[in-house]
Amino acid sequence: MSFETKKNITVYKPAVKTEEMILNMGPQHPSTHGVLRLELQLEGEIITKVIPHIGYLHRCFEKHAEAMTYPQVIPYTDRMDYLASMGNEFGYAVAVEKLLNIQVPERVEYIRVIMAELQRIASHLVALGTYGADIGAMTPFLFCFRDREKILSLFEMTCGARLLYNYIWVGGLSHDLHPDFVRQTRDFVTYFKPKIKELNDLLTYNKIFIDRTSNVGILPLDTAINFGISGPMLRGSGLKWDLRKDDPYSVYHKFDFDIPVGEGKVGTVGDCWDRYYVRVLEMGESLKIIEQALDQLPEGDVSSAIPKRIKPPVGQVYTRVENPRGELGYFIISDGSVNPFRVKVRAPSFVNLGVMDVLCRGHMVADIIAILGSVDIVLGEVDR
Amino acid sequence: MMYDFFVDLLGNEILAAIVTGVPPLVFILVFVLFAVWLERKVSAHMQDRLGPMRTGWHGYLQTIADLIKLIQKEDISASANDKPLFNLAPVLVFAGTYAAFAAIPFSSYYIGSNLDLGIFFIIGISGLVVAGILMAGWSSNNKYSMLGAMRSAAQIISYEIPTIIVVLTVVMITRTLNLHTLSEMQTGYFWNWMIFGGPTAGLEKFLLIPLMFIGFLIIYTSMLAEVNRTPFDIPEAESELVSGYHTEYSGMKFAMFFLAEYANMFAVSAIVSALFLGGYQSPIGYLGNLFDAPWLIPVEQFFWFTAKGTFFVFVQMWLRWTLPRLRVDQLMALCWKYLIPIAFINLIIVGLITVL
Amino acid sequence: MKEYFSNIWVGLSTIAIGMKVTFKHLFVPAVTIQYPNVRVELPERERNRLYVNMDDCIGCDQCSRACPVSCIEIETVKGLPTEDLGKTSNGKKKALWVTKFNIDFAKCCYCQLCVFPCPTECIYMTDVYEFSEFQRNNLIYDFVTLTPEEREQKKLNYQKFEAEKAAEKAAKKPVTPAAEIKAEVKVKTETPPPSSDNSQQSNLKEPGENKGS
Repeated sequence: MSFETKKNITVYKPAVKTEEMILNMGPQHPSTHGVLRLELQLEGEIITKVIPHIGYLHRCFEKHAEAMTYPQVIPYTDRMDYLASMGNEFGYAVAVEKLLNIQVPERVEYIRVIMAELQRIASHLVALGTYGADIGAMTPFLFCFRDREKILSLFEMTCGARLLYNYIWVGGLSHDLHPDFVRQTRDFVTYFKPKIKELNDLLTYNKIFIDRTSNVGILPLDTAINFGISGPMLRGSGLKWDLRKDDPYSVYHKFDFDIPVGEGKVGTVGDCWDRYYVRVLEMGESLKIIEQALDQLPEGDVSSAIPKRIKPPVGQVYTRVENPRGELGYFIISDGSVNPFRVKVRAPSFVNLGVMDVLCRGHMVADIIAILGSVDIVLGEVDR
Repeated sequence: MMYDFFVDLLGNEILAAIVTGVPPLVFILVFVLFAVWLERKVSAHMQDRLGPMRTGWHGYLQTIADLIKLIQKEDISASANDKPLFNLAPVLVFAGTYAAFAAIPFSSYYIGSNLDLGIFFIIGISGLVVAGILMAGWSSNNKYSMLGAMRSAAQIISYEIPTIIVVLTVVMITRTLNLHTLSEMQTGYFWNWMIFGGPTAGLEKFLLIPLMFIGFLIIYTSMLAEVNRTPFDIPEAESELVSGYHTEYSGMKFAMFFLAEYANMFAVSAIVSALFLGGYQSPIGYLGNLFDAPWLIPVEQFFWFTAKGTFFVFVQMWLRWTLPRLRVDQLMALCWKYLIPIAFINLIIVGLITVL
Repeated sequence: MKEYFSNIWVGLSTIAIGMKVTFKHLFVPAVTIQYPNVRVELPERERNRLYVNMDDCIGCDQCSRACPVSCIEIETVKGLPTEDLGKTSNGKKKALWVTKFNIDFAKCCYCQLCVFPCPTECIYMTDVYEFSEFQRNNLIYDFVTLTPEEREQKKLNYQKFEAEKAAEKAAKKPVTPAAEIKAEVKVKTETPPPSSDNSQQSNLKEPGENKGS
């Protein structure tokens, strides 16, 4: 029986009928990403089908949201995608503000953008670090987390928490910036630029890493669009689609930044390396946005537009924001009372996980880990 | 030398053999204690952290603590395991490694056994390690252990071929397989080391330098694969998502595997340094010669030997914490498509040079 | 063929570059601190364990209502008009005795939503983060400074006061048939009280019983 797993994926069936083996990558992995169960159907070493089983982290977010008042939902939105909490809060706040039809002060918008971009860098650092650790290089993992500590201490200085912030409120922010924040953020930006280069030296252009991740898990563009993929996965397949440019919200239209796209630099367009490289480049772009926002930061009062009691009129709204993992959507139905009637979350990791089956066909078991790492899921979001 | 000395002293050949065989064992044990600590500290400092700090000064007693922990663990063995093979496997792996120390020259005065077939013996006896690994995988009664063991066996066997070819290259220049004679041939300053062309002279030497260098790289890479270190550590880390052939072992048997791994690391570093970098010869001359104390020279040589071995062990650790892992088919492709052809061409050219 | 050699060259050079990076990091001082001996200095807005200053608490229940996980339990008793409960630090006069103020730190999500509505800023987050317990019950912190006897005393005081007031009211009005029916209806609607206090029920039943006899 012969097979080739490079660009043309062909599986030759032998004359003798072999049984299909079912291998279970159980809820507890050595390669993290949370509690996800992947059921693999193998034929020898080649995978024929992947069925993800989720739900191990389901915490009934949408049901809780129906019992809480609008401001009380925000700690719950934090905990969905716990590695990118600012993004979740941002989406929810924008959605409810649209429902209430209020306008927040400009200073609030700028600070929200700075926080969201810092959060994007932090989330990508986790994704890249854990990806390297899955492939076997342990050192970049620690370097990424060391840099992430700096971002988390910036957040701690502002709102007091390192991971789950409760900072972006409906109509404004919970605290104004610390007086030392701008200086420390500028220090961070100058500190971080050479670190991206160091990460590239150590991991991105390493021949062994390239061999492991290029031409593996190729996602063609039409498949990606059909499955509803968004975020770095879609951009890795070659399409320049970013909600910050194509459907701008908040003050993103005032900034000048680029959208990195996968070009098949080493290997084919849409393979794991492209997705990984898009994330590395996005970190650089976020630094640009932060610099521009710090330069343009206006003065103002951050809590002037926060309503005393949030009771939106009857109606429904769907807003979407660009989370580090993709397009996060909130669909909120209000029935006029202080509790929302329904909050539905379109989680990007949940949708991105659906394409695992198509990505993994024809690969060997050792490649699954590389592919799963490049999809970059967070189980809190997948299961809510 | 040592053996003859003890035979003369004790009169009994068996006793002399035992006394000569104990120093490498002691050396291995002490070295492993040091190497595990070194690995943890080196990996920690490369990652901007501190490593063990609380057990003794900067954690130098950490290995002893780990050893005590492993000794007092319960020795689990499943009922469906093949008991004799299960218990024998770690012993074989360790025995293969320990036996290789017999032919390694620690200094000009001490060599475990002055075989004329030095290198040949070492490569042959490391085949016991393969047998031990296969036994471990089979008797664990675990699908994934079996797969991990088979992969590890395939890896070790494949990578022995470039090793042997490069050894042949060196032997073609020195015309002897005896490691002791090989080391003696590299006396003088470091210019006489094999990697710089050996004790040959003139044009031959300069032609040989790049070829020897390539040979050194090839043998170092294949030695990495022999000891299952990154980037070739498929058997050890997440092979098919579990821990490979030593999953089912606990307590002292696991400690034996661990011990064997670090001892093997030193053994291969020692072999590489003996073949290419002058074994126990010093690159800068001897203090004993300077102070006219000839008894000092073997001590110094032992020191140089350990230093070179430890340096190569350090480079192995350095590589482990820098590089990601290779996939199994890429590993095999590296061996058969890259290392072996280049080693062959190397061999032919060196052969031509020595003949002409 | 060219790819073959370029592969080798790229492989060796990237490995060498990677090794250079790791080697440089051997000489960078570590960023770890040795925790139990050295502690990180926390910023001033740090959100760790809550603290309630009971002298300032007016028992308004705002924090309990703002909490998204319902970890604050508050029970208050009205103070008698004759008692002086004191003033809060910003001059307000207190009118309620707080007899129960439990915060369950196993449930608390440290979101700080309870700190903002407090009118006297008596609940705030401290920087204490090392408060693990062996029993989960020990994480229910009771902030009230009154002793259990005092709490019972306050409750009984209030019930007696209420009973006296009700008895006074009943004694003042002349008992007309219309007033009787009204009193009966009033008693009936007053009968199931929200607290599980049996003594209060028996107190309320008295006018009815009197009426029956």
